Amino acid sequence: MLAVKCPVCGAEGDETDFHAGGQAHIRRPATHDPAHVTDEEQRNYLFIRINPKGLHFERWRCDRGCGKWFHAARDTVTMEFKAFYGVTELPPADVIAQAKGQWAEYFANRLTSESKA
Amino acid sequence: MKPRYSVFSLARNAMNYHKDWERAWRSPTPKPEYDAVIVGAGGHGLATAYYLAKNHKMTNIAVVEKGWLGGGNTGRNTTIIRSNYLQDPSIAIYELARSLYEDLSQDLNYNVMFSPRGVLMLCQTQHEFRAFQRTAHANRLAGLDCRMVTPQEVKEIVPIINDDPNCRYPILGAYYQPRGGTGRHDAVAWGYARGADAMGVDIIQNCEVTGIQRDGGQVVGLETTRGVIRTKKIGVVTAGNVSTVMDMAGVRMPIESQCLQALVSEPIKPVIDCVVMANTVHGYMSQSDKGELVIGGGTDPYNNYSQRGSFPALEHTVAALVETFPIISRLRMLRMWGGIVDMTGDRSPIISKTPVDGLFVNCGWGTGGFKAIPGSGWVFADTIANDRPHPIAEPFGLNRFQEGRLIDESVAAAVAH
Amino acid sequence: MSKPYRLSTGGRFVDRAKKVSFTFDGKTVTGFQGDTVASAVLASGQRVFGRSFKYHRPRGVVGLGSEEMNALIGVGLGARHEPNLRATQIEIFNGMAAVSQNRWPSLTFDIGAVNNAFSRFLPGGFYYKTFMWPQSFWKHVYEPFIRRAAGLGKAPEGRDPDTYEQIHVHCDVLVIGGGVAGLAAAEAAAANGAKVIIADENPHLGGLADISGGAIDGQSLPDWSAATGAKLYAAENVHVLNRTTVVGHWHHNFVMLFERVADHDPALLSQGVPRHRLWKVRAHQVILATGSIERPIAFANNDRPGVMLASAARGMVERYGVAPGSNGVVFTNNDDAYQTALVLKDAGIGVRVVDSRGRAEGALPNKAREIGIQVDTGSVISAVNTSWGGLNITDVKIASYRRGQGRVIKETKAEADFVAMSGGWNPALHLWCHNGGRIHFDDKLQAFRPKEHHDRIVAIGAANGTFGLSQILTEAIHAGSKLAGSGKVHPVPAAVQADERPLEPIWFAPATAKYNEGNKHFIDYQNDVTAADLELAQREGYESVEHTKRYTTFGMATDQGKTSNINGLGVIAEASGKTIPEVGITTFRPPYTPFSFGSVAGVLTKDLFLPIRRTAIYQWHVDHGAVFEPVGQWRRAYTYPRNGETNHQSIDREILAVRNAVGLLDASTLGKIEIKGPDAAEFLDRMYTNMFSTLKTAKCRYGLMMNELGFLSDDGVTVRLSDDHFLMHTTSGGADRISAWLEEWLQTEWTQYRVFVTNVTENWSQFAIAGPKAREVLQKLDPTFDISNAALPHMSFVEGRLGAYPVRVYRISFSGELSYEVATPANYGLGLWTDIVAAGAEFGIEPYGTEALHVLRAEKGYIVVGDETDGTTTPIDVGLDGLVSKKKADFLGKRSLEQEHLKAPNRKQLVGLLTEDPNDVLPDGAYAVRQVKDKPPMEMIGQVTSSYRSPTLGRSIAMALIENGRNRMGETISFPLPGGKVVRARITDTVFYDKEGAKLNV
Repeated sequence: MLAVKCPVCGAEGDETDFHAGGQAHIRRPATHDPAHVTDEEQRNYLFIRINPKGLHFERWRCDRGCGKWFHAARDTVTMEFKAFYGVTELPPADVIAQAKGQWAEYFANRLTSESKA
Repeated sequence: MKPRYSVFSLARNAMNYHKDWERAWRSPTPKPEYDAVIVGAGGHGLATAYYLAKNHKMTNIAVVEKGWLGGGNTGRNTTIIRSNYLQDPSIAIYELARSLYEDLSQDLNYNVMFSPRGVLMLCQTQHEFRAFQRTAHANRLAGLDCRMVTPQEVKEIVPIINDDPNCRYPILGAYYQPRGGTGRHDAVAWGYARGADAMGVDIIQNCEVTGIQRDGGQVVGLETTRGVIRTKKIGVVTAGNVSTVMDMAGVRMPIESQCLQALVSEPIKPVIDCVVMANTVHGYMSQSDKGELVIGGGTDPYNNYSQRGSFPALEHTVAALVETFPIISRLRMLRMWGGIVDMTGDRSPIISKTPVDGLFVNCGWGTGGFKAIPGSGWVFADTIANDRPHPIAEPFGLNRFQEGRLIDESVAAAVAH
Repeated sequence: MSKPYRLSTGGRFVDRAKKVSFTFDGKTVTGFQGDTVASAVLASGQRVFGRSFKYHRPRGVVGLGSEEMNALIGVGLGARHEPNLRATQIEIFNGMAAVSQNRWPSLTFDIGAVNNAFSRFLPGGFYYKTFMWPQSFWKHVYEPFIRRAAGLGKAPEGRDPDTYEQIHVHCDVLVIGGGVAGLAAAEAAAANGAKVIIADENPHLGGLADISGGAIDGQSLPDWSAATGAKLYAAENVHVLNRTTVVGHWHHNFVMLFERVADHDPALLSQGVPRHRLWKVRAHQVILATGSIERPIAFANNDRPGVMLASAARGMVERYGVAPGSNGVVFTNNDDAYQTALVLKDAGIGVRVVDSRGRAEGALPNKAREIGIQVDTGSVISAVNTSWGGLNITDVKIASYRRGQGRVIKETKAEADFVAMSGGWNPALHLWCHNGGRIHFDDKLQAFRPKEHHDRIVAIGAANGTFGLSQILTEAIHAGSKLAGSGKVHPVPAAVQADERPLEPIWFAPATAKYNEGNKHFIDYQNDVTAADLELAQREGYESVEHTKRYTTFGMATDQGKTSNINGLGVIAEASGKTIPEVGITTFRPPYTPFSFGSVAGVLTKDLFLPIRRTAIYQWHVDHGAVFEPVGQWRRAYTYPRNGETNHQSIDREILAVRNAVGLLDASTLGKIEIKGPDAAEFLDRMYTNMFSTLKTAKCRYGLMMNELGFLSDDGVTVRLSDDHFLMHTTSGGADRISAWLEEWLQTEWTQYRVFVTNVTENWSQFAIAGPKAREVLQKLDPTFDISNAALPHMSFVEGRLGAYPVRVYRISFSGELSYEVATPANYGLGLWTDIVAAGAEFGIEPYGTEALHVLRAEKGYIVVGDETDGTTTPIDVGLDGLVSKKKADFLGKRSLEQEHLKAPNRKQLVGLLTEDPNDVLPDGAYAVRQVKDKPPMEMIGQVTSSYRSPTLGRSIAMALIENGRNRMGETISFPLPGGKVVRARITDTVFYDKEGAKLNV
């Protein structure tokens, strides 16, 4: 029974007070350029998942509190939460620094593209 | 050739206090090169190796396993065997598996205790009733021996069931597969291991894969904690760890790893003689030969590699089963545990070639892999040996996610286990 | 002598003034208040409590508490029976009915014991090697036999009459275990102001302190425990839980405590007390003070009734005044067991000590010798002899021993009627390991000890492998002080206790033959696993400790290996030439000891299992004879049979009333979601397949929703209440799901939209008044608005009053007739409903239920999401291409519709079906085949999605999803049914009634 804390309203509770919503930071291609979404992009969006053994970034909803979605960084082996942060935010820099593999790749790309923008 | 197991060999060995039994399988050191290497010595991996050797005469092969064979989901599930699925591809693979289970003990010369005691899937809402009716029609025309049974028949088959018509979810009937049942999960792994070993397959335990070597688009070998193994064919069968292993070859998977839990009660004298699945309330129960009630439910809703689940998932299941079988209220939970299951987007498995030549993958069995082991091994071995999908494996290819050709069993209101 | 084993004095736990009578296997046994079933039955002179699992050997009491693996009994009668309880934990009460288990016909004469005679043929895992021929025999002969022989106790009969409850609490410090370490830690934490819970599985605090010897601050340990316990009971910030086992430790210090509230005194149940209570504790800090568990020694016939743990033997004497026998042998490899010899001697019981160590020069052995106890060092018990049937020990064989010796040559016989054994102590680190705590092997203790843990949990005292009294107190007080409040460390009181010399491991004691030559050295008593079984498993290649465990079932009994674990690892290590750490250990899993399913279900049984949702009109439906059906969590009226009608008859009557006059449906369960804000219209354009931004105010539009895979997920009519305000209807089962779905997209994808989504489903009662006379009924209700066809045409909306009732009126139809859906705040619902019924009386109004609704809509070819669709169905499949916008650039599911498989030409498409024989009603879900064959398999081309007998048309109608169906109009297809009948049906369009829609626009 995980102990979860909502970064929006501050409520702390058991995982049953919240709703786990799968991987975070998935980009919906059709939102951005609906006319040019390839089959492969659509497949990646719908099905391909980063599935790390270790630090993971995922979505939760404060079901019995404020009702807001938020993001969490959690270790999938120890179950330890490293951070809770807003849906439109990036995780804290020190947590990003701990990301490995596909997540490290993701954040590196995103930080690069955002700094260009 | 290994000495055969039988009541006679047992009696003969008893004379010498069982000192002369041979090893069930060897403990070989890896050779530098094999014709094919299976990664993962669970039921599916071992069955694949067995059928590669038996059906395709590929005996210069190895199965590498990071822990001990049969130690993953093979030894952690609730041992349900059935094939009464809705969609044609599912029926084909699960019925192949179920029919192989029928004489698996004799084939392997190892008693896997396949017990066709019947699987009863309860209808507890009108919607569920209609969904199973549809499945019943589909299964009948596919040639499966399955039928709908009335609430009265349910009560006869399972006298301990709550037949109060005013309970929260009254029993409206059930979908029954009389030749479904259970098996002894460990024995399936051990029997395949012994059988494969006898044909020369090297089963290498405590050997973790750390890298997959490629030459352009073709696999050429494996890096392991026990050295490099050269091979041009690799079959990855690592269930919850499949994303990690496939990542070594640069293949990203439509998989999430979650924890599925199960539990047993203390052993009691027989009270239930078939498998009962109550999908509306997310619980299923049978009784092992030892007398333990074997109970399972749904997965935790988040990724988990720890083999330790959370309590709420099971709590809900137990409450549902106390309602379904009121006598269990005073019985006690003996042990609970978790396995890491590999969930695909449509909850159906993947048996497939991959974008990398020589790399094959068999995964995504999620919460229902045990029942499929013989069929899965059979068609995966064929796929690897011939480098093209076996017809039964074809619908389960990776490309289905790109084409939208999903195999969704949830439409039959059935959870897959 | 009626109580041959009850000593004349002693027994700290029993009150000799209060006699308590109960029955064991029907025979009356009288003990004292405070006795357990184990102590009382032993006191009565009976040693056999049950039969073992595989060989059906007679078994007696081995332990003192929850570690007991042999003396399992059933307690209670009928629906109150509970099997497999440890006799050492069950407190007796007047009238208790206890029974032994796994024996037939009786405990002393058990047919199953024949297994023991054949045990040579039944080595570990024997069943994997046989029972294979003939194939059908497993299911029909072998397995039924094995199943009957296996199992332990019997299940209760009938529904549990007792109640259970759960409680959720937070605390600063949870102390697990009420022994010296736990008490001291709790006291220190409480003194620093922490909110403390201390839980102990026994009725008394103190753990094993009372039989450990020693003193704290000049007080004996029982006195110190009682005094400290009293302080904790009195402290406001401490909650003491007795008879409460901590069963599991989960992520983030979530800990579950199982309290046996009324098992020891069922009279409490009649006062409304729950039988068991499950505590769900979220602890900031956990202190594990679970003590340690004594291990047996494996020697030949070490399972005979009368062989018990040394701690249990002295516990029986000191706690209950019960002698384990008249003349015993203490068999040990450590100093601690000498305390048992001293206690036995003191009680006047004959005793000698056999010590496997070459030397025993500690304070306790020396004291034993001083008072005249014979001590044989460098010796083992090599066998136990019994009277016929193994029921009573007659003598033991003693032989000299050096470590590593495989068999003994010379034995001497010693008369004895019981054995007290001690192979050392294992820290009880089960809870430490439940959530992944690491452990390491301690060579000095020859046991595993806690190492590190990622949760806030510390182990202290014996649970941490710390055994000296002073060291235990220091560890406990430091842990309790530092982890709570001020962190002020309290002084450690002075403690005295005899020093103990180290043990020497002995994993099995040799006999005259090798242990794998027929002698039974039991490792796991309950599952009848012997040292030879473990060795065989190793030799056969089941080398991993997990393989050995599963192959032999070692450690898998109801005690989960509490006493057998390390002994087994020791045997495996010696058999395989490894060290114990190299062998490894099997995973400890919750629960620590078994706990009731009833407590897990808590109050969530019967009516509280899952809430039922009812509309405001529910009672009216009941009063008018409605038959209900579950729809989602709702109960909806299915039909209203009256005057002895069958359901079929009443459904037909309801349908014809709607077609010919007027009907009234309680549609309150329909999902109702208000969507408001400047971007509401654009938002809906993203959610629905069709366009909503073009919808005019006060107009309604039917909308389709897909999931992102391109499959239909919900449908319903949405009305534009004002420019920035919509009300969306969803299916009855879909309201919560869709409302959460809308929220999710708003919050996570289109965060820029200024939109609120509010689920108002339960705020409104909503009724459909449907039928040619609907307008007349509505008019009678005194509307404040014009309801003429011109003013309120099909698919339009008006808000106003019906008489006194504030209403929203939607002119929408799911029956194909003139129809108004009238919504009023739910508190007015029943009033408006009864007024409508009254107003409609003269027009022949009939309430109709969900089944009539379904037939009516099927006659019109309207789909039901979930019937015509199954989660793999696109809007195009069901012929609603027109509702999938070509203009909108993006909406949910749009892109997926372009995937190869979703636009394939051969997909199943929704069609109507008319059977050749109008009286044939196709079964729901029946499949059509490409070609009828004599027997399966037959290739299937699609299935019936809805099928009814239509009273309106006087024939059957159906809808089906058929491969390429829309291009097969007029074709006849075949449905082979069970029993060989083949129904043939012609493919038509889906609208069977009023194809032009004339009835809608009147």
